[in-house]
Amino acid sequence: MPASMSDTDLGMELRQQVLDAFHNEIPLNIAGSGSKAFLGNPVQGQAIDVTGHRGIVEYDPRELVLTARSGTTLREIEAALAEAGQMLPFEPPHFGDNATLGGTIACALSGPRRPYNGSARDFVLGCRILNGRGEILRFGGQVMKNVAGYDASRLMAGAQGTLGMLLEVSLKVLPRPAASITVTRVCGAAGAIASMTALLGKPLPVDGACFHGEQLYIRISGSAQAVREARGKIAGDVLPDAAAFWQALREHQLPFFMHHGALYRVAVKPATPPLNIDGTWLLDWGGAQRWLYSNEDPASIRHRVASVGGHVTVFRGDAQSEEIFQPLSGPLQTIHRRLKTSFDPKNIFNRGRLYDYL
Amino acid sequence: MPHQHENNVALNSGLIRALRNLLPPESVLADAEDLRPFECDGLAVYRQLPMVVVLPETIEQVQSIMRLCHAQRVPVVARGAGTGLSGGALPLADGVLLSLAKFKRILNIDPDNAMATVQPGVRNLAISEAAAAYGMYYAPDPSSQIACTIGGNVAENSGGVHCLKYGLTVHNILMLKVITAEGELLTIGGETLDSPGYDLLALMTGSEGMLGIIVEVTVKLLAKPERAQVVLAAFDDVGKAGEAVGSIIAAGIIPAGLEMMDRLAIQAAEDFVHAGYPRDAEAILLCELDGTDAEVSEYIMAVREILTDSGATEVRTAADEAERQLFWKGRKSAFPAVGRICPDYYCMDGTIPRRQLPHVLRRIGEMSVEYGLAVANVFHAGDGNLHPLILFDGNKEGELHRTEEFGQRILQLCVEVGGTITGEHGVGMEKIDQMCVQFHSTELTQFHAIKAAFDPSGLLNPGKAVPTLHRCAEFGAMHVHHGQLPHPELERF
Repeated sequence: MPASMSDTDLGMELRQQVLDAFHNEIPLNIAGSGSKAFLGNPVQGQAIDVTGHRGIVEYDPRELVLTARSGTTLREIEAALAEAGQMLPFEPPHFGDNATLGGTIACALSGPRRPYNGSARDFVLGCRILNGRGEILRFGGQVMKNVAGYDASRLMAGAQGTLGMLLEVSLKVLPRPAASITVTRVCGAAGAIASMTALLGKPLPVDGACFHGEQLYIRISGSAQAVREARGKIAGDVLPDAAAFWQALREHQLPFFMHHGALYRVAVKPATPPLNIDGTWLLDWGGAQRWLYSNEDPASIRHRVASVGGHVTVFRGDAQSEEIFQPLSGPLQTIHRRLKTSFDPKNIFNRGRLYDYL
Repeated sequence: MPHQHENNVALNSGLIRALRNLLPPESVLADAEDLRPFECDGLAVYRQLPMVVVLPETIEQVQSIMRLCHAQRVPVVARGAGTGLSGGALPLADGVLLSLAKFKRILNIDPDNAMATVQPGVRNLAISEAAAAYGMYYAPDPSSQIACTIGGNVAENSGGVHCLKYGLTVHNILMLKVITAEGELLTIGGETLDSPGYDLLALMTGSEGMLGIIVEVTVKLLAKPERAQVVLAAFDDVGKAGEAVGSIIAAGIIPAGLEMMDRLAIQAAEDFVHAGYPRDAEAILLCELDGTDAEVSEYIMAVREILTDSGATEVRTAADEAERQLFWKGRKSAFPAVGRICPDYYCMDGTIPRRQLPHVLRRIGEMSVEYGLAVANVFHAGDGNLHPLILFDGNKEGELHRTEEFGQRILQLCVEVGGTITGEHGVGMEKIDQMCVQFHSTELTQFHAIKAAFDPSGLLNPGKAVPTLHRCAEFGAMHVHHGQLPHPELERF
């Protein structure tokens, strides 16, 4: 694939900046386009700009593998994939025009297809990172199956840059489904949860299930035949312009997301009945990821979700002094601290973004 | 040193006594004949009797064993069914072998949430059998699935023939309960689709017993596809078969399974199970499509056309379920089938980018001539995972040694073409030197630091999976890679 004019490898320059920071113990704030800067605790540190380190390094549609530098925009990657009839199967939310691959993997957010096709971390095959000592390390690879060494590349997914700076990521990609329709019908929350979870036990090519505003939305995608066949088995009307609906859901652009106040992300088992927490709800991921605007006490929300085996992220907005992410148990905190130290001994990367002790 | 030896014996008998205080008498084995069944895993060329075998049956027992061993600084090797192929469960002479064989209860099947919680000693296939009542199954299906256990699957990140579409173990588990080297119980992951903090679930999967003892596993269940169908295609050239694989994927079809066998493997399998394979073909492809009824019909049509266009000399769709099973039986029996035509075989496990297949097979063919050892190739073609089986006779002077060297060169070839030394069997004891080829010392140092984060005293399965830098320096002195020493910063000796 010919390199585009803007492709640049700043690996060595970035390495020098990290080495300087390591020697002088200067905390760094790894910066992509800033599209997901709202997520997590604010980071005090010198910004280190990764957006210039960009370009698709390798993409062979027949191998189902794409490798790109971390500053490459998702837009560019998705355009290259679309040209070959392929896609990022985890439907990453961009949350901004120039969202980068690095930020996408560091935050590990996945879109509506996640419960059916897999998450951002599921599609990571390998990566090249700068650790906190300024060493360039390569983990995983560009092949589907690889069990040599600990899976440090998937560990980077969701670490929010606290373990290292992503330089390059290899992802498994998949063909885009040939056909897709969305079926919608009016129902209540409990009924929607029952319907969505019942679909998990049926061999139907469902790849999206959302409940919002007394309306259930089921997306069916696959071969033309498969979609036609499944359509007959799922009650409801065909939603016109369904692509726009799912796009707006993925990007938090539905009217629901225009509420004011703190937006909570509630992760629970999909069959969990509607939770008795005051507020406005939207259920995605077939019920496994629930969005909530609520004025209730954040600690009490967290407590009630934890009591059904779930966890809560304060996704957007201020929830007073509450932690952004669900607190970890003591033994897990110990392991997190030691892992952080092992990658970043002077604690220079994204200090405190995930938890104050990392 | 007899004095030292007596000290060890005294220490050992002290430990064994202490273990007998923790467990019922039949759960602590220390006599040589009782230890014998545990001396190796599926890679029988490595054998070692452990000091003692323990068979706990509760999480609390595992915790107390680990606390005791930690206090006395005794290493512990965990073991599932012992079907592993890389010596990952090879015991240590001065260590405890902790068998999870008694942890064999299915704790919960939860069809509403599409998950099952099981103990680590539950066999892989038993999960799917239990889930079948709900029309569901557990997707990863290593060829040893009738015997291998889910705990071992997690430790090795096992694959199988359906990985391309359904992923590896790491993609199909949700939560683990793990006992650390210090005896602490950790819950890693959760019943939700993700969990707060670092992705320790990914780190733990495939960690080969180096980070913790897995005592409970929650797996994802999938709805059983309505229909599965297999197409068999024969080719007069392996390159054409490889090309056909790329063309199927380029057409936007992700088969449930896509397997390739070469001439020697075809003939051995055919002679063994009479699967109806064409004995004169240079390569066959088995392409399984699954999904809804109409979807499978549509894909079968498309795949048949692609195979024909790719130059297949014969394309056959299994006439019925019995024939489908027979086509698979041939593939799944390929290893024992090869075992029938030679005294011993050595199974390799590298992954390569698929486009490199013709080159890699040609090079393996050349090395086969060079070493005077025949090779049968079976290949998870969809995901580039190659299993060359080197045929040898262990009773012939030097033949095992030549086989091992040949195998090492195949793995190095995999790395050279952008692949990896192990796709699904793990590093264990077997590929520890090849780790030095695939990784630099900075990366290996990072791996050791990851281990230390979980197991600061280094008591869990020490000496496996990640080589020391000294070991790599010694190995590098023997095998110069790309004309460069892989660890130039280290002193040579």
